[in-house]
Amino acid sequence: MTGKAEGSLLYLDDVSVSFDGFRAINRLSLVLEPGEMRAIIGPNGAGKTTMMDIITGKTRPDTGDVLFDGSVDLTRLDEATIANLGIGRKFQKPTVFESHTVEDNIALALKGRRGAFASLFHRRSVAEQGRIDALLSTIRLSDKRDLLAARLSHGQKQWLEIGMLLAQEPRLLLVDEPAAGMTDAETAETAILLKEIAKTQSVVVVEHDMTFVRALGVKVTVLHEGSVLAEGSLDAVSANPKVIEVYLGR
Amino acid sequence: MITSFLIDSLDRRGRVVVALLVALALLVPAGNLLVPQESAFHVSTYQLTLCGKYLTYALLALSVDLVWGYCGILSLGHGAFFALGGYAMGMYLMRQIGSRGVYADPVLPDFMVFLNWKELPWFWQGFDMAWYAFLMVALVPGVLAFLFGWLSFRSRVTGVYLSIITQALTYALLLAFFRNDMGFGGNNGLTDFKDILGFPIQEPGTRAALFSASALMLALGFVIASAVVRSKLGKVLIAIRDAESRTRFIGYRVERYKLFVWTLSAVMAGVAGALYVPQVGIINPSEFDPAASIEAVIWVAVGGRGTLVGPLIGAVAVNFGKTWFTGVLPEVWLYALGALFVVVTLFLPRGIVGLWETMVVGRPKPAKEIDEAGEKAGEAA
Repeated sequence: MTGKAEGSLLYLDDVSVSFDGFRAINRLSLVLEPGEMRAIIGPNGAGKTTMMDIITGKTRPDTGDVLFDGSVDLTRLDEATIANLGIGRKFQKPTVFESHTVEDNIALALKGRRGAFASLFHRRSVAEQGRIDALLSTIRLSDKRDLLAARLSHGQKQWLEIGMLLAQEPRLLLVDEPAAGMTDAETAETAILLKEIAKTQSVVVVEHDMTFVRALGVKVTVLHEGSVLAEGSLDAVSANPKVIEVYLGR
Repeated sequence: MITSFLIDSLDRRGRVVVALLVALALLVPAGNLLVPQESAFHVSTYQLTLCGKYLTYALLALSVDLVWGYCGILSLGHGAFFALGGYAMGMYLMRQIGSRGVYADPVLPDFMVFLNWKELPWFWQGFDMAWYAFLMVALVPGVLAFLFGWLSFRSRVTGVYLSIITQALTYALLLAFFRNDMGFGGNNGLTDFKDILGFPIQEPGTRAALFSASALMLALGFVIASAVVRSKLGKVLIAIRDAESRTRFIGYRVERYKLFVWTLSAVMAGVAGALYVPQVGIINPSEFDPAASIEAVIWVAVGGRGTLVGPLIGAVAVNFGKTWFTGVLPEVWLYALGALFVVVTLFLPRGIVGLWETMVVGRPKPAKEIDEAGEKAGEAA
């Protein structure tokens, strides 16, 4: 088992989970190499979000292996431990801390000690401030740093959330529909931002928007009814008759 | 290090509050003891004791706000911690009576003699020593809150469900403390106190000292709450309030943060209860009444949830109203309280403090701007 997972960053093998008899994930297997960026597409109810829930510890699978870094068993850990291992997650609906300023949002996500007493006596260091400034300019929100996050536009909140992910310095980023509700210009910018991030970190992007997936130009996995239907380049999977049937109806 | 950690955390508004409380601690007792009765500035002992009671309520309100306003945990049972602190103090005061009771038993309080008990139950041991009793004032509510919080936060009980079990907790304690066999005086509770730390409890000097202690303890509670809220831990608490699962996925152990603030808040409530009991002269199971806990939540809502000054203003204002109303129109008070809660919830979501900010400052400012304005003003002064 561990032999096969060796060298991979994320390894899912034969994973199944049911909710009240409904099989949300059905014998799903997926391998992600270190440094890889992967797009995951699929119709509604294909199990994309449930797959993310399993990886991040929110949902426990009924059967199957979920290994991080070739050996760490994620099915035994809780959300906070998994986050601190280096797996960051962006939700479909942007969730930022609305009553904190943009800067404080980044500061809270910044990699560091997470204990209650460490936080109580924490003083922000110069190095940390530098890191916050750099991240704010990466996500193009430097001039909005003192604004409450609640006042940001939808697209800006998406970026702030991506910035918070980066602040965690994760080795793997799970990004759920980053382009949802964005304008075309914002979508294009988000694709550039994600490609920039993928240079240093592994990224899994779940997305509906085909133009966006094309702009990313990475390997695509098609999910359907909880398992992998096809895998390959976007052109290859688009030509796959099974994929066409699922997407265009029978 | 701890001192600078506490002092640095106060903004301008906080410094004003602390200065006011210290001034109250000095001036009100002086007005009672030094100013002659004919003077307009004389404070009667009745007024002094009443105000002292309000201050302990303010400390209770502050503790409720710490968990509700900053961490989103709506406790409908904080009165339980207040009452437990009160009972710990009451037990000390009972032991102080000694042989001056009706039955003149040197060790057993009157109600135990009346119940034909022959010796002091184990949990009454040690309460004749002030240091032990005062330790229990903090420890008993603290340990109960820690256990309760550990079990419920670990199981991720949140929202309405948590509110309901806090209510159940205080109700269960209410029923338990009503029973004579529990050994806490049953229905009548603990009363007829004589001395505190060797000073006669009815003496004006003792009453003045108790008032000062309440004001100073409220000031200390305010400084601690301020330091907690404005630290990074405080920001994590607000993050939990706004988006709990987001906070988890960033890597914070939400249950530990909740447990910390919950336990701290319970200790604060316990201390408030301990200061309340010698001033009103009695502690009985009615303090565990769920309605009392709900009233404390209303004080916070009226004053301004999620601000530190709000609960203080709310507790004093509502209780002042209660004293006045129950004197003039006693049967109307509960309706007035209910109406107040509805009006505040509908029209003043940020309470009196929110209203003040909207009217005077013009619009609610983000925290950062207020802080910086406060710092500059502080430096200029």
